[in-house]
Amino acid sequence: MNDDLYHEAIMERADRAAIDHRLTDPDASATVDNPLCGDRVTLDIRLDGERVAEIGHRVRGCALCQASTSVIVETAPGATAVEMAAAEAELRAVLAETAEESADLRSPLAIFRPVRAYKSRHDCVLLPFDALSEVLRKAAARPR
Amino acid sequence: MSFDVAAVRAQFPMLARPLDGRPLHYLDNAATSQVPQAVVDAVDGYETGTRANVRRGVYRLAEKATEAYEAARRRVAGYLGVDAGEVIFTSGATAALNLVARAFGDTLAAGDEVVISEAEHHSNIVPWQMLRDHRGVVLQVLPVTDEGRLDISVLDDVVTSRCRLIAVTHVSNVTGAVTDVAAIVDAAGAVGARVLLDGAQRTPHGPLDLPALGVDFYGFSGHKMFAPTGVGVLWGRREVLEAMPPFLGGGEMIRNVTFERTTYAPPPHKFEAGTPPVAQAIGLGAACDWLNGLDWPAISAHELGLTQRLLDGLDGFEGVRVIGPAGLQDRVGVVSFDLAGAHPHDVCQILDRHGVALRGGHHCAQPLVERFGLAGTTRASIALYNDDADIGALFDGLEQAVRVLT
Repeated sequence: MNDDLYHEAIMERADRAAIDHRLTDPDASATVDNPLCGDRVTLDIRLDGERVAEIGHRVRGCALCQASTSVIVETAPGATAVEMAAAEAELRAVLAETAEESADLRSPLAIFRPVRAYKSRHDCVLLPFDALSEVLRKAAARPR
Repeated sequence: MSFDVAAVRAQFPMLARPLDGRPLHYLDNAATSQVPQAVVDAVDGYETGTRANVRRGVYRLAEKATEAYEAARRRVAGYLGVDAGEVIFTSGATAALNLVARAFGDTLAAGDEVVISEAEHHSNIVPWQMLRDHRGVVLQVLPVTDEGRLDISVLDDVVTSRCRLIAVTHVSNVTGAVTDVAAIVDAAGAVGARVLLDGAQRTPHGPLDLPALGVDFYGFSGHKMFAPTGVGVLWGRREVLEAMPPFLGGGEMIRNVTFERTTYAPPPHKFEAGTPPVAQAIGLGAACDWLNGLDWPAISAHELGLTQRLLDGLDGFEGVRVIGPAGLQDRVGVVSFDLAGAHPHDVCQILDRHGVALRGGHHCAQPLVERFGLAGTTRASIALYNDDADIGALFDGLEQAVRVLT
């Protein structure tokens, strides 16, 4: 049987994010829930100027949610909020049916291409990015 | 009369329809069941033969529509063992429970207590929280045991002299446990409180005798008991319904309207403002008639036989934990389980490729699922038309889920 959705790259990333790594003194933390399934993603962030210095996470979710969190954990350090917003836009393009050519196959987000066919699972992949937007917003708004 | 599952399956058009070339193994009946041809025909008969508004027109078509609608009420009443004048059509179980929370809730005072349980669907939690916030009513919660049953042993601690209503599920939509209704009714009777049962998961499993149960309200939805979506029922004892103010105001629920004063129709119409879900109610009446004609001792044996096979099979999977009663006593075929290291949505996704429709998640019962330390469970729910092939397909899919996810 074709396991297009649960291919090796997804499962390998899901395993990586399954182990919590929280920051002890973050600039901001954010938790978001998926009301459909009760999945919950928490991200902690520490900034260095406008760039992400360090990111922590705890994810209580499915393999797709875990894998998406893993991509964030890997790519956010060193990136700005604008760059991470671009990554989210790229992920949405990967999930959109008309965006075949727009997504760079070398991007780590390309592993989510098979999710495109399963609309009810798009939110699983996007939930960690909702948490990322929220934690970046909170970090930017904190008093300095 | 014995139970022939193949003959029953043949009456359900959806079950004969392959899904991507595979047979459909539909085990999400606790969410929504399929409908038999008899129900499809009843709805079609109204839509194409007697469609008109009800309780308004004097022309013959309108009278036929009204008669079909009121006949549906009598059919539902027959299934529940009650008087048709006590059967209120709603849009579903959620609307039925909200109706009680608002209308009966209007008769409560600050400090009065309502008891719910840890096993409730959100639709029997949130309306009471809204009432609490609106009127200062105090909400008490009866815990569940490790088997997912209402913990009757602490009833006396939770039900105080300020209790006015105990509102609990008849059958859990997560664990399949059947509530000890007699204990609930006794506890309520001792303090003069009313009892509401959420019957959404009980009504698909055979006719009821509500007066014998001793409860005051009973709410359920049509779509979980082989009837259309968009219709449900609140049953209430006549004297309780008469004492309650109306919930929604509008057409059909009045006796006379002036700008100074409105008088209301008697129950059940007092609680049916606006045009009701006529086609759906007629479908629900047909479903009740269809169910009433079946051999329920044989069906119960069939359903419990499949439940036992499911429980036994799950027991053989390493890492699988059943959330709910381990045995068949006082339970229905709603079986929730956790597969260690795998998320319910991932399990369900893989089962879907085997044509097996399961539900994964918190089942709109987050407090109960979290009580067991989980974010969600995978749930198989059995209806009378399920067979051995459905259970076998579940096991085949679960073997693959274990290989892929753990």
